Amino acid sequence: MEQKEMIRIRNLNKSYGNLHVLKDIDMKVLDSDVVCLIGPSGSGKSTLLRCLNYLEKKDSGQILIEGTEINPGTHDINKIREKVGMVFQHFYLFPHMTVLENVIEAPTHVKKVPKSQAIEEAKTLLAKVGLSDKADVYPSKLSGGQKQRVAIARALAMKPDILLFDEPTSALDPELVGEVLATMKELALEGMTMVVVTHEMSFAREVGDWIVFMHNGRVVESGPPKEFFTNPKEERTKEFLQTTVF
Amino acid sequence: MPSFSHFFDTLFSSSDVFIRAMLLTLELTVVSILVGIFIGLLFALLKISNIKILAWISDTYVFLVRGTPLIVQIFILYFGISNLFLLPDFWAASLALAFHNGAYISEILRGTIQSIDKGQMEAGRSLGMSNSLTLRRIILPQAFRRALPPLGNQFIIGLKDSSLAAFISMNELFNVATTLGSNNFDEMTYLLIVAVYYLILVAFLTIIVNLFEKKLSISDR
Repeated sequence: MEQKEMIRIRNLNKSYGNLHVLKDIDMKVLDSDVVCLIGPSGSGKSTLLRCLNYLEKKDSGQILIEGTEINPGTHDINKIREKVGMVFQHFYLFPHMTVLENVIEAPTHVKKVPKSQAIEEAKTLLAKVGLSDKADVYPSKLSGGQKQRVAIARALAMKPDILLFDEPTSALDPELVGEVLATMKELALEGMTMVVVTHEMSFAREVGDWIVFMHNGRVVESGPPKEFFTNPKEERTKEFLQTTVF
Repeated sequence: MPSFSHFFDTLFSSSDVFIRAMLLTLELTVVSILVGIFIGLLFALLKISNIKILAWISDTYVFLVRGTPLIVQIFILYFGISNLFLLPDFWAASLALAFHNGAYISEILRGTIQSIDKGQMEAGRSLGMSNSLTLRRIILPQAFRRALPPLGNQFIIGLKDSSLAAFISMNELFNVATTLGSNNFDEMTYLLIVAVYYLILVAFLTIIVNLFEKKLSISDR
């Protein structure tokens, strides 16, 4: 079966002043695939991810979401963001709302889903991320891992076609990383299309369908994980993999 | 200094007049705070908008209000504006106070809005919420909560500043105290009495602000 192209990037460039952070990026993400963006700090992977959600504005090039080229001038970016969810390194839960209120906020106020229905759906999502008992708790009461799982449930509540993860486990204590990765793995198995910026190489190898290695704003090498991790072609990739802990 | 018994006798015998004056002071304060919050929020939003001319308007407003004494502003509104169209004394005083408080409140709100992690805005936007929806539902509730201590402070200042309305012949607390004091050749007694009324009002305001803070801090517990 031919997989649908969910995201297609052509010749994407982005600079901050004199700093050229993304250089001629070409990339595609297929339906139900998990694409892992890896590379050293400052290589541009987070910026690339944020461009996909239009939190950063590209300078030139094309971004196609589900086959349509999207530009802030011609499309309602809010509508695109309903389809492309995002999970942040620092969770950014809304601290003045309970867990349940966090999850139903966007569905009820953006999609105008009736509150009772939104609550039902939110409870299902919270059960899915294993936090049914925390529905009425405020985020300040949660551990980092629990916060991130709520953030995932909150993003899922908008029923996105694509989920972007920006270093979802980098701000967590080591013993809490596993629970978040397990949730993400479950999502991947259910067929969610995901783009994940991560330093968790074992996750990338196990769950990823496609690995993109970035360095200095360029895509140096990409390929399926088996090939990428066992038989990297580029010198820079070999160096990176040698210094990385699995 | 008046004797204690004389002070208390006068305090009780004058209570009718003072309580009426206290209600007027309270009205002036409540109206000027509520209108001041509205003005303050408006100018805070102008200031943080990315539109230069709007930010400039906000800056100019804050500069003019902070740069001139409140009594001058009250007189300008009372003598100047009242000449152009009929403005009841109460509204001349309340609006002058609101206009004055608004500048300080706008600076308080601007500061707290800007202190909210920009990730909160990004999180809202990434869920498909518009800029204004995120501001209203996510940013402002957090900013208001953070603003409560300095706002409470400003409300107390506003309450005491309302005494300047005496100079445009509003029969609020301070005016009543000075009038009664000079009529009875007993200024000190009435000034001490009015101080008691102000303390009561400030205590009342403090309790209300504390209650609000407690109610809003529920998410910390």
